[in-house]
Amino acid sequence: MPIKILVTAKRVEDYESKIKVNAQGTGIVQEGLKYKINPFDEIGVEEALRLVAKHGGGEVVVASIGTKDVHEQLRHALAMGATKAIWVNHPGPLDQMTVAGCLQKLIEKEKPHLAILGKQSIDDDQNQVGQYLAEWLGWSQATFASKEESLESEAEKTKQPALKLSADLSTITVVREVDGGLETVECSMPCVVTTDLRLNQPRYASLPGIMKAKSKPIEEHTPASLGVDGASKIAVTKMELPPARKAGIKVPDVAALVDKLKTEAKAL
Amino acid sequence: MSNVLIVVEAQPDGSLRKATLNALTAGAQIAAKTGGELHAVVLAKDAGPLANVVKDYGVKVVHAGSGAHLAQFTADAVAPAVAELAVAIKASYVGVAATQAGRDVMPRIAARLKAAMASEILSVVGSSAADLQFTRPMWAGAVIATVKLSTPIVCFSARTTEFPLAAQSGSGEVRAFTPAAPAKALQKVVSFKEVKSARPALTEARVVVSGGRGTKGDFKPIEGLADELGAAVGASRAVCDAGWQPNDLQVGQTGKVVAPQLYIAAGISGAIQHIAGMKGSKTIVAINKDGEAPIFQVADYGLVADLFKALPELQAAVKAAK
Repeated sequence: MPIKILVTAKRVEDYESKIKVNAQGTGIVQEGLKYKINPFDEIGVEEALRLVAKHGGGEVVVASIGTKDVHEQLRHALAMGATKAIWVNHPGPLDQMTVAGCLQKLIEKEKPHLAILGKQSIDDDQNQVGQYLAEWLGWSQATFASKEESLESEAEKTKQPALKLSADLSTITVVREVDGGLETVECSMPCVVTTDLRLNQPRYASLPGIMKAKSKPIEEHTPASLGVDGASKIAVTKMELPPARKAGIKVPDVAALVDKLKTEAKAL
Repeated sequence: MSNVLIVVEAQPDGSLRKATLNALTAGAQIAAKTGGELHAVVLAKDAGPLANVVKDYGVKVVHAGSGAHLAQFTADAVAPAVAELAVAIKASYVGVAATQAGRDVMPRIAARLKAAMASEILSVVGSSAADLQFTRPMWAGAVIATVKLSTPIVCFSARTTEFPLAAQSGSGEVRAFTPAAPAKALQKVVSFKEVKSARPALTEARVVVSGGRGTKGDFKPIEGLADELGAAVGASRAVCDAGWQPNDLQVGQTGKVVAPQLYIAAGISGAIQHIAGMKGSKTIVAINKDGEAPIFQVADYGLVADLFKALPELQAAVKAAK
């Protein structure tokens, strides 16, 4: 049975970027930063592609919210194999309620069987949108999706999906990362899944994929056209660097280390 | 009046999770600033016994919501029950400990209340309800943001390492209630694969010994030292990604956030997301062959050495000192 899955592609600072706060403490220094698709979202795109491949075809619709710059992340997902891209034009700043509200409206229009989102975006690290979305849609939720096999396993090498859909698409079984181990949940469909790190290793886009993605149309909306209040309910009033730890020292050998830990740190 | 409601994570065995006591402290701080009452809610098949434990930790009222549909702490079952209660007791703040279960359920509760939420709060700033703000980490802890939420009800999850455990004080009232069961459960837990360990839990250990890529997957020296110290074992993301150690041992922004008295990082280079998970530790020791590794920038004591040589030596020294 062909399936339709909605995924997301938030534009975030590359996780290898050095993030600095501006002199006024109002935001981060944009200069010199590189931008990428949120890595957890990329895992979501990959999982959706694997599910579609396993279930005999279907559609993967990718959505992103932000300025026109997010076209870069939408095209990245298209190059990986997504079939349709939707841009919600928003100048920012975005809060999780606005994002979940826009995604809810898009899902009501697109009617996918399943939504797969990153568990959090690596800029504001909130880890909320999937859960808000599930509640507002009245869908089940499976957060922190992972798998029992490692990322070097045979199942991973052959690009098997870790999410297990029943043949009639009525339920989905998800292995979740919880405190103390791995939990398996069975959710009724439709469902919002949020991805954790070890769900899969996303593919590289092929050159033909990249070329094809360049000419694919991108559907455009705004929060207003979707009927969503785009005003942020969360104001960041200050940004600062975390308190620095006092400079440490290097010790020459284990004996010196033990001595320091005993007499100075009193940690042994 | 701005009442505060803390959601207690029910565990399968019915015991109190220590993280709840951290969240109660965050709740008490808010209540003190806003002049509200501190309430807690326990949801379980039979919530009474756990509510009786929680009532002794400085709360005014513990609401004990029992029902067969609450036998599992799943978001679709918990969210309506908490939201209904929050409205009934006029809670302005609803919070939980930032455990995996807390992270899962609280945004769904917030969604139901049309409330904005601050995740992983580090501190409560301000002196009254009007100017109450939270600090929270962004970009894997590279930035600390102060945030103000403007919805009538505000939700939060509290990072456990940043709030001390609530102490026993007074005796609150236990108030039973019966949350309405939803028409149909959307999800159920079918199995749990526990990572069994004789060592202390990572987030509660006094000492943590962590290994990274430098171990090349051989954790014997890490485990040997950990056992000599009565410590928990941790791992870097690379180690868990490779399947060398279970995911549950990952220390970092997207894994466990720990703040032990002593943290020993061996063969870990110190990626920013790892550092975000352990830099609250009181004393940090780094052992790495590469003297330029970023881990040395946060370490109180750095030793440039091969971990396969240094850890057994350290283990022997600890043993000799006993």
